[in-house]
Amino acid sequence: MAAEGGGIDALSQFELTTVLGPVGAAVGFTQANAWMVIAGALVTLLLVMGARARAVVPGRLQALAEISYEGVMSMVEQQVGHEGRRYFPFIFTLFFFILFGNMLGLLPYAFTFTSHIAITFALAAIVFVVTTGVALARHGMHFFSYFFPPGAPVALAPLIVPIEVISYLSRLVSLSVRLFANMVAGHVMLKVFATFIVMLGSAGVVGVIGAAFPLAINVALVGFEVLVAFLQAYVFAVLACIYLHDAVHLH
Amino acid sequence: MAEDRGSGEGSLEERIAAARARQGLDNPPPRSAGGMSGTWGIGLRVGVELVSALAVGLAIGWGLDRWLGTAPWLLILFVMAGGAAGILNVYRLFRAPAGR
Repeated sequence: MAAEGGGIDALSQFELTTVLGPVGAAVGFTQANAWMVIAGALVTLLLVMGARARAVVPGRLQALAEISYEGVMSMVEQQVGHEGRRYFPFIFTLFFFILFGNMLGLLPYAFTFTSHIAITFALAAIVFVVTTGVALARHGMHFFSYFFPPGAPVALAPLIVPIEVISYLSRLVSLSVRLFANMVAGHVMLKVFATFIVMLGSAGVVGVIGAAFPLAINVALVGFEVLVAFLQAYVFAVLACIYLHDAVHLH
Repeated sequence: MAEDRGSGEGSLEERIAAARARQGLDNPPPRSAGGMSGTWGIGLRVGVELVSALAVGLAIGWGLDRWLGTAPWLLILFVMAGGAAGILNVYRLFRAPAGR
């Protein structure tokens, strides 16, 4: 479709269109919203169906549900400490929402909602607000000592405090940009090489042989993207845990 | 069945724990640089940390300048502070695994 115009059109895959016909158009329900609903429904379905059997020896679905529970639980305990168990539901929801968003985006005809900065920034903002709220609730006004390391000379406060505040606020940007950039870069690369296949394939017999190379690259890239999809969801969750650790323990 | 395992001493739990540790099931390897592994991940992370701190500094300086009408002085000040905050982020990134 992109090759017909002669150029490479790698970015149109991120365009938002409304779904569900006139009803969706009236309320601005885009395919990003639809895939978020699908991701949430699939996570819920996995856990509800997985927990239904309640077998001592778990079946496949129950084993998957248990592994995902235990995996996130061990991550929270390791990164935040024992107090972190309280925040397990938050981290679990975050991790699985992002993981399913990334993974569903790799399916043909699917839309990757994590490739939009608005969505990743909203997720990062939730993490930021929650961690700051936890820190304020646990430490009260003492939280603000986080911006001034103990033992530093007071004369340096005008220099240290703005830098620490910027460093704290930059979590919001780095958390959202990392996920967004990884997902966009991967999907653009897939689309570019897919366009090469079509372009070369339409150039006769030699082109068809040549098209095998971008096809091979794309096969490798899809595997790589599965890795990135998991890793980025994991990194997002781990960083949320680290920020929670900072909020719970300060320094 | 249990005898042909060789290591008779220790309870079942201990042996299971030892086997799990051998297979690397219990504790994932200690995290390096915030859960990302490999030179690629670290390099990317450093870049993101530096640029995001600079972007926040830029935004604060620009916003304050617009509000207070002191252009361009606060912008200059906060871009420099943002750069310093980026360096601080990177410093924390590499100090954290050893310090905790």
